[in-house]
Amino acid sequence: MWTWFYKLASPPYVFGVAAALMPWLFGAAALAIGYGLVAGLGIAPPDYQQGEAFRMIYVHVPSAILSVTVYTIMATASAVALIWRIKVGHAVAAASAPIGASFTLLTLVTGSLWGRPMWGTYWAWDPRLTSELILLFLYVGVMSLRSAFEDPARGDRAAALLAVVGVVNVPIVHFSVVWWNSLHQGATIVTLEGPKMPGSMLWPLLSMWLGFMLFYGAVLCIRVRGEVLNRERQSAWVREAIKS
Amino acid sequence: MSDFWSMGGYARYVWPCFGFSGIVLAWNVWAARRLLNAARLKAARALAMTASEAR
Repeated sequence: MWTWFYKLASPPYVFGVAAALMPWLFGAAALAIGYGLVAGLGIAPPDYQQGEAFRMIYVHVPSAILSVTVYTIMATASAVALIWRIKVGHAVAAASAPIGASFTLLTLVTGSLWGRPMWGTYWAWDPRLTSELILLFLYVGVMSLRSAFEDPARGDRAAALLAVVGVVNVPIVHFSVVWWNSLHQGATIVTLEGPKMPGSMLWPLLSMWLGFMLFYGAVLCIRVRGEVLNRERQSAWVREAIKS
Repeated sequence: MSDFWSMGGYARYVWPCFGFSGIVLAWNVWAARRLLNAARLKAARALAMTASEAR
């Protein structure tokens, strides 16, 4: 039952699986994002209140979902690495941090661009915006802490600890629009009554979300291979892989 | 066609939004490939050093 878990803890296995998965994930991501862009920009009707400006949803929402999803994956990988002393966990966490940080920045920038015509301002100290900014600071903190130690193992442990502690911000980002008065709109897709969008607007959004997730998987595969190589370069299997 | 590019008067917000997204996606691929290539180079150097020490 636990065979798959032990396999995932093996650096050579992860190195090989990442290489095999990467092109498929990139291909699937290109298809999903391609359909989402064409349907989102060209087929979906304009919103009855926001007009054409609503089309920013097709990059803002997928990047926002990705920003918290990647953090959760990074924190889980860090916890696994800390609890079971699995080095691949640190590699996954280190590989995820810059990807998550870039998509958090994208969320903040696209949100600002959307906020200006809708709210009349690029920025407000709103609970959703502020908690998303804190998420960016957490990513930067995790990356800085990892590189702040001369001993990479100590850097890995310190960064993992911060990643695990910082996961408390993830539910705050998600529920900030429920817990506090917010300029930001509430949930649109996942609600008890079902999505608040018609299918012609929803399907491109779901496709973009899937495409961004697949893109994260593809980039993670490349980065994990790099992180594993950096950590294992004295190992016999790396020597064999480099020779061949 | 010009209606499409003008985005109902919101072009100055919509297109930078998609443009920045393209930049972030491209940066992710470029930076990840750079990391992997650097790691391969370091591993190859480590292998070469080990081989020269063995001689």
